[in-house]
Amino acid sequence: MEFKFEGKVKTLSLVLMAIGVIALAGGFLTDTSDHHQRWWANLLVNGFFYFAIALGALFFYALQYAAEVGWSAYIKRMFEAMFAYIPIGGAVILIVLLAGQFHLHHLYHWMDGSLYHEFLMPDGSFSDTMEAGAAMNPNYDEIIANKSAYLGGWFYWLRTIIYLATFIIFARLFRKWSLQEDVEGGTVIHYKMYRRSALFLVFFAVFSSTLSWDWIMSIDTHWFSTLFGWYVFSGMWVSCMIFTLVILLWLRSKGHFSEMNQSHVHDLAKWMFAISMLWSYLWFSQFMLIWYSDIPEEVTYFVTRFSDYKVPYLVMFFINFAVPFYVMIARDAKRNVNLILPVAVLIFVGHFVDVYLLVIPGTMFNHNVFGWMEVGMFLGFFGLFLFVTLTRLSKAPLIPVNHPFLQESKDLNF
Amino acid sequence: MSKKVFHAMFNDEEKLMHAAEKLVHDGLRVKDVFSPFPIHGLDPIIGVKRTRLAIASFMYASGGTALALLGMWYFMIHDWPMNIGGKPSFSLIQNLPAFVPVTFEFSVLCGAHGMAITYFLRNGTLPGMPASNPDPRTTDNMFVMEITTDQNHDFSADAIEGMLKEMDLVELSIKDYE
Repeated sequence: MEFKFEGKVKTLSLVLMAIGVIALAGGFLTDTSDHHQRWWANLLVNGFFYFAIALGALFFYALQYAAEVGWSAYIKRMFEAMFAYIPIGGAVILIVLLAGQFHLHHLYHWMDGSLYHEFLMPDGSFSDTMEAGAAMNPNYDEIIANKSAYLGGWFYWLRTIIYLATFIIFARLFRKWSLQEDVEGGTVIHYKMYRRSALFLVFFAVFSSTLSWDWIMSIDTHWFSTLFGWYVFSGMWVSCMIFTLVILLWLRSKGHFSEMNQSHVHDLAKWMFAISMLWSYLWFSQFMLIWYSDIPEEVTYFVTRFSDYKVPYLVMFFINFAVPFYVMIARDAKRNVNLILPVAVLIFVGHFVDVYLLVIPGTMFNHNVFGWMEVGMFLGFFGLFLFVTLTRLSKAPLIPVNHPFLQESKDLNF
Repeated sequence: MSKKVFHAMFNDEEKLMHAAEKLVHDGLRVKDVFSPFPIHGLDPIIGVKRTRLAIASFMYASGGTALALLGMWYFMIHDWPMNIGGKPSFSLIQNLPAFVPVTFEFSVLCGAHGMAITYFLRNGTLPGMPASNPDPRTTDNMFVMEITTDQNHDFSADAIEGMLKEMDLVELSIKDYE
């Protein structure tokens, strides 16, 4: 049965998008922070959060092929629908980065060109060497200057373009081959997907780390953490699993995916549970090592968060770890929709707050405001993501016609 | 009337599942199945109750958590306060992040060992215990279904034998036991 994107849910997504537009416009006009810093920071938060969900879907989709997974074949269109959002999410991030490059905001301190040179010439130009008439550059930042090869200049933009291009190309190819398989059948396309997925995972393994360094970690320019990439990646993965599970349960209640049984729900809930633990593990590993060694250049990150954002930061960690752990640990809980849904919604918001607190403390410091603009933008981008996902979902048969593992997936029972 | 035990051997788990389904449908009780690997979906057919091993494991792990925290509090805070890397000592809660890895590992250790030992004890398969499977081939590539007259008073031994022989099995052994 094909899915038609219409009725209440379409109205809902349009209303949410309208709220988002109002929040974007009204927020920009009423934002009194310097250079609309608050507005841009929230645009980055929402741009990245939903981009990350779409990217998580692309990763999970490739993982299913590379690992020759059977059970998920029946629901694979859901992931195709979610990674349709990658170009849009990527565009939002690109807008934020470009605006930063042209100094419309100061989310990325290192984008300030005056930080990189030690000396200031009388004519206002910069110099790296002590010349006649040179004065010390008061803006000079040695730590950032030492990172200039990686952050400042063309290499940063080359990386950003390569990430987005790679993701968009793979997403388009996977979708194209998947639809082609519906028509042609056989296993030729399946094995092609298998090989290309493995290739994609190689790129993803590197890019998932470096993109989170480039786009998120570089906000706190002086600070670095080597496992930051995995931490952000686990966050995007778990948000993706939550969104998939909730939308699939909703679609099933509307009579679609009718052969999705409790074992599929159990499997998805297991992913939600397991990746919540992975996320908690990485959050804690990052925290504990920095807390223990107590080196000034490392603790700055947590000092900012613990001094100005202590309550949301700790509550967010506690909810994202303890709620799925204690509520979802039992087998019966993972099959109980009435338990899954509240936990899923709660930790979805929890992981949004996680991304929020990746960006905001380093950009708004101790004068952050949380108001209707933040809520409106979150809802607006949610509406956009929902709209793009469900539109893509309605474009093709919900169940892949000729996937070789389709029967195995339908028979899933444990 | 002597009690009899029937061991029906199958060479495929699907065949065994279908046979079990049919026999249970006809009112027979299957006592047990011996298989080289777990057969998904068999438990509800032959009426095996859900294992409570997971609950036991959770309790062992919680015990491990408590024991680890108690131990570290006693060793490192109470009995012989230690100052490592300038961390504020004399307080469990302030040093808690440092204790979490050990607590975690000890919880896993207790949960896993407790679960494994409980499993062995409950099944009578601790090292050195006599094997209870009727045929060594069930550890290789054969599947045996065990049915006793003891559990099936509504059927005569001959009737059970007749029902079993209709199934797609490899061999059937019938033994008396007390």
